[in-house]
This record gives sequence, C-alpha cells and structure tokens, in this order.
Amino acid sequence: MIDTAQVGYSKKVMEHFMNPRNVGVIENPDGYGKVGNPVCGDVMEIFIKVKNDIITDIKFKTFGCGSAIATSSMVTELAKGKHVDDAIKITRANVADELDGLPPQKMHCSNLAADALHEAIKNYKSKKK
Amino acid sequence: MDKIYLDHASGMPVDPRVFDFAKPYLVEKFGNPSSLYNDGLEAKSAVEDARAKIAKFINAEDEKTIIFTGSATESNNLAVRGTALRNIGAGKEVLASAIEHISVINCMKELQKNGFTFKTVPVDSFGIVDPKKLESYLTKNTTVASIMYANNEIGTIEPIKEISKIVHEKGNYLHVDAVAAAGRVPIDVQGDGIDLLTLSSNDLYGPKGAGALYIKPSVKVQSVLLGGGQERGLRSGTENIFAIAGMGEAAQIMMKEMNKENARLKEMRDKLISEITKIKDAYLTGHPTQRLPHHASFRFSYIEGESILINMDMYNIQVATGSACSHKTLEPSHVLLAIGLKHEAAHGSMVMTLGSSNNISQVPTIVKAVKETVKRLRELSPLVE
Repeated sequence: MIDTAQVGYSKKVMEHFMNPRNVGVIENPDGYGKVGNPVCGDVMEIFIKVKNDIITDIKFKTFGCGSAIATSSMVTELAKGKHVDDAIKITRANVADELDGLPPQKMHCSNLAADALHEAIKNYKSKKK
Repeated sequence: MDKIYLDHASGMPVDPRVFDFAKPYLVEKFGNPSSLYNDGLEAKSAVEDARAKIAKFINAEDEKTIIFTGSATESNNLAVRGTALRNIGAGKEVLASAIEHISVINCMKELQKNGFTFKTVPVDSFGIVDPKKLESYLTKNTTVASIMYANNEIGTIEPIKEISKIVHEKGNYLHVDAVAAAGRVPIDVQGDGIDLLTLSSNDLYGPKGAGALYIKPSVKVQSVLLGGGQERGLRSGTENIFAIAGMGEAAQIMMKEMNKENARLKEMRDKLISEITKIKDAYLTGHPTQRLPHHASFRFSYIEGESILINMDMYNIQVATGSACSHKTLEPSHVLLAIGLKHEAAHGSMVMTLGSSNNISQVPTIVKAVKETVKRLRELSPLVE
C-alpha cells in the first residue's frame, strides 16, 4: 500500500529535517552509541567528544524517516555543551517536545535519538573507568 | 518552483471535460433514478448512459453486466465476499496473489475468520504471478481467485489471459482488480476471460465516489449491502449520479485518447527510468517491459522512503513510497516484500505515476531533484560504507 507521507510534521521537525545540525562522524570519539536496525527502518549513530565531563562536540548519522533525522539533529543540539550527567537525563519526550511534538505513530519507532545519546554517554563512562 | 505532480496512483484531478459533463447532475438534474416522473427518468438515463460507456470501455457483453458502486474498495468487497458467499455450495476456498490491494486481502482474511481457506499465490521478483503455484493452489473448492491486472506500486502487468485459462480449467471464477490498469492497457473482459472486474472512477480522471464491478452474465454474486435493491439488488443505496455520469464520460474520453496519451507518458517514463537507474545503487522495481506506461518505481540503497518523499516535496515534486514509515501501520509494503525485497531494501522505495500534467521536458528537473535528494540523504546515512 502506498501512502503519501504528509504525516503532520511540525515546522520545527521540517526545519531540522532540511537543515540538520551536527551531521557527521568524529574520528576517535570519546563515546559512541548506535541504536535501531535497518530492518525496522531506523539506525542512529552518535559520536561525542568530552572534556572534563562536558560534551564539547557531538555528531550524528541517521538512516530513517523525517522524524528520525529531525530527532537526531535535535538531540545533538540539546546535548552539546552539557555535562554528561545532565545529558543522560534528556528523554525521548524532551526531544519530541523541543520539536513541537511528533505524530503519535512516530513517538516510538522514530524517536530513538535520546537512546543513541545515552548509549554514547554510557560508552564514554565505561571507557573512563 | 513549479509543481511537478508524480503521484497519480494516489490522486488524480477530474478532467475538466468530465466535470462539465457531470456538473448538471449536482444542481439542476438532481432527481433520484428510482422516481418515475421526469426528474427521476433523467437521472436514470444518466446512469444507463454511463453504464453503456463503461461496458464499451472493457468490451463487456452488454451494459447489464456493469454494477455501479461507491468505490473500487466496495467493488472488491462485492466481488470477493459476494461471490464467495453466494457460491458457498461449491466450496469454501478463496485465493489471491500476494500483491493484491489491501481491500481484496482484507476481504479474504475476513472470509478466513469465517471458516474459509485463504491461499496467497506468490509472485516472482518482477511481481509476476507464478502460474505453476497458481495451478497447484486451485482446487475444485475454490470459488474466487483474485489476481490484479496490474500493480499500482511496482507497475507490473500480469498475464491475465494465461491466468484466466488456469483458473477456468478448475472451474473457478477469476476476479481482476483493474484499477491501476484501466485506461493504461486495453481491457477486453471477454477476450481476456474475466469473470469479475473492478474499476475506479477517480483513476480515470473521473470524480471520486464511484466504482464499478463487471459481473459476467453467468456468474452468481450476492449483495454485501442490504437496502432498497438498486443496481439489480447488488448495490443498494441512492446512486451518486454526478460521480457515475462522470465516470462514464471519463472512461469514454480515456478510451479515445489512450493510445496517444500512453505513448506520450511511456516516452517520459522510459527517460526517467534510464536516468534514475544510472544513480549508484538505484534499482527499478517491478517488471522492465511488462509495465504500465505511466509507472516508474525505484528503490535506493541506504536511505528511507519517507525521507525521500519529504525531500522531493521540498523541490515541489510529489512522489509516493512503499516505506513503512509513511504508513499508519508502520509495516513496509506487502508488495515490496512479496517481490523478495528484504525489509531494509523495501524501506528505500520511491514510486512515480505520471499523468496529464506531466511532460518529458520535466525530466531533467525531476532527475536533478532525485540525484540531490539521494546524495543528501546518503550523506546523513550511517549505512553508506
């Protein structure tokens, strides 16, 4: 079945989809997180650079729909410059709220960006030990 | 940027000539065809005129074989459920190809819940129904086999004549959903050996709100809608005269202009296919030659269809996708899975269906937008090596 995808994205989602922030990879990152799988249609990777527990740089790569890309972009903006202990508290709901909401059917499957960030921070902490 | 609309399988404008023809039936000629005074007779004659036009459009035996409904979905319901239930004495098995429209599949699933056996016939990687499997799945208990004339998502045209022979050898009825094919391929229900055929008004540049079901004179069908007994008792409910009159006129115009228009769109389609498949890791989906003349469908590795659709919309170019993310169910297209694509490949699909507003001079603009879209989304994608 085909559907045209005017799924009701907010202006902010569209803006982040068209001009995503912090796209790319960081060589030798201090933390790396990856969630999702291509079978489900969403894969997100987040790379962080951390100095004195502050996230000084963050980059992402995402395979997925409009909201997957927009939430990835948004989570990098929210996390940049934050202490890792604060950044790990960023939730999926925070990301959706900052984007002025996501369509209901997108709240779960395409809102994995916060999870990817958490994975990256956990990875950083495990390396530090 | 000028709008380039490439999603005619999802929605089509009403042909202005059709609108002019049918307009009086909204305001001035508002009668009910069941009334016996002049207003009613006027409305009745509009319906009968449309019936004759549709019968001619598909080379039916006579106009009595045509039942008007409210949509193609309703026609599919009447064809599948109405035939299976009316012929229950002959057996309780139904069968459909794996790429049928969801209305056919859901009708058969409903029958299955009520004790029928429902078999799905696989297709090959181009979407062509496997005739051997079809033959082996049919039994004398099968009442209706539903195989579409052409698929709306991958453009593949099925070998209906050959399929009809196989279905009839076992004495079963063949229902053909011709929504995507009508007006694109000449349809001859008698020559093709079709027992039931579904048509949709809005896929012929007609108004939304009308469908038709051809029922071969010897085929017995029962109603799925009960009421006042309109349409030979098979579709109760006051006829939508405006949409029905429009559908008849639309079919007549389409039949007249089909050859020329299809040749024009085919040229554009071929140009799109040859240019877009030059992109790295871009592939045509569906059959390269047994294909609807206005249909170009693709898949791109490493990127996702809804993103493609939204990104193309930024260029004011409207396309469709079979990706899971564009669906309310979040399931990838059953058609793309049926042709053997893995989930991750099915996510990256893009479908273009051409129509009257398109012309070959738009191809460079479209191709440029596709190339830039694919490039941008791949730059974002972690799946690119």
